Amino acid sequence: MNPATLDYNLSNALRASVARELRISTRQLSELFNPLLFFLVVVVFIPLGISSDPALLTKLAPGMIWVIALLATLLSLEGLFKGDFEDGSLEQMVISPLPLVWLVLIKVFSHWLVTGIPLTLLAPVLGLMLFLPTDAYWILMLSLFLGTASLSLVGSIGAALTVSLRRGGLVLSLIVMPLYVPILIFGADTVNSAAHGLSYAFSLAVLGVFLLFALLAAPFAAAGALKISVNT
Amino acid sequence: MNWQWLHRFGSPKWFYEKTGLWVVALGLCSITLLVVGAVWGLGFAPEDAKQGNSYRIIYIHVPAAVISMAGYYIMAIAGGVGLIWRTKLSFIVMRAAAPIGAWLTFAALFTGAVWGKPTWGTWWVWDARITSMLILLFLYLGVIALQQAFQHQDSADKTSAILALVGMVNVPIIYKSVEWWTTLHQPASIKFTQKSTIDPSMLYPLMIMFVAFYAFYFWCLLRSARAEILRREQKTAWVGEILMKGSR
Repeated sequence: MNPATLDYNLSNALRASVARELRISTRQLSELFNPLLFFLVVVVFIPLGISSDPALLTKLAPGMIWVIALLATLLSLEGLFKGDFEDGSLEQMVISPLPLVWLVLIKVFSHWLVTGIPLTLLAPVLGLMLFLPTDAYWILMLSLFLGTASLSLVGSIGAALTVSLRRGGLVLSLIVMPLYVPILIFGADTVNSAAHGLSYAFSLAVLGVFLLFALLAAPFAAAGALKISVNT
Repeated sequence: MNWQWLHRFGSPKWFYEKTGLWVVALGLCSITLLVVGAVWGLGFAPEDAKQGNSYRIIYIHVPAAVISMAGYYIMAIAGGVGLIWRTKLSFIVMRAAAPIGAWLTFAALFTGAVWGKPTWGTWWVWDARITSMLILLFLYLGVIALQQAFQHQDSADKTSAILALVGMVNVPIIYKSVEWWTTLHQPASIKFTQKSTIDPSMLYPLMIMFVAFYAFYFWCLLRSARAEILRREQKTAWVGEILMKGSR
């Protein structure tokens, strides 16, 4: 096989897998709506559990929205590789000539498209419910846009490590949560600073750097983990 | 390059036979040093001018905290060696290192809280170091949880090794971000004013305690690694011989 046809096949295969992943994730609309519903219900719990005082909620809003977005992402992670693992297509992906790292990236990207992006789009509504200052809305969305991509990437490592476990959900959350600490700190701080009218550029830049770093490193770790999970 | 030595060293049988004396030596060494350091530090080192006697907890707190950090790297590197060179022993060391490290982290947090009560007037503050230690404990517990979750030994070893390595990359990032977070949010009223110099009369027992804790750490590590070797190799002839000798 000459390099040109191989190249052609690679890009073709990549395009086909992107199409496949997107089709799967858009067909199961419940998977799209469940994290969003979770996001919404927990936000309703905050005034019910703490206080409906607007001044207090304004203070809590940035951190709360970020914590809930993180939890909603965690809930959705288990399904990232599960379906493909159960029906055996993951095994085919591992042994296929297509680089596994690319497949992981595609899967994570489509996961982010159906969880991170909707969460980002829904965030202003929640900001409204929690009396987040209106100036901070765009920054909230921007920080979630960058942050949820990192959450999906880092989470894919945990999902790949636990995919072969029958009840891996809780273990998955336990192993991924400590790794989410920097994203939470800088994500919430970006919004907090914006809400107080302070400079948020630094935190937002750190979120961006973290995303780049995760983009470069996480798919390799997840691909390595998938190979191990499939071999058992 | 000839990697034969690595594989010989990675053989559980070879390791088990060679470390029999080491366990005894390290055990004696660590117990002696722990007794000397503790008696010196708790009984004879001078009282601190500001903190009185409560400062003496550093003789346990500081070595435990430092070694719990070092222990995470030992665990992760052992796991990495196991993934790359596929030596059986590395995973055994890794599995043995996780609970020891977790207990040391817990000890550091606990002694910190006990020291914080008389000094700061509170058991807990969201200080950068304390928070990082707590997250380190979570990282350890995650690795242990993953090891326990798998029934198949090989996948338990390899997956937890990957997790430990990912955690190792993250430890400095987590530490830096938590540090940045506390400098931003923490009220200045509570501050750990570390003295730049520590008097030799206080330092010597601390150094002894450091060596003692390291000896203790490796003693525990060897002992549980040896137990793990016996457990994993229980069906081999050489373990059978050892067990027969022991029961006689």
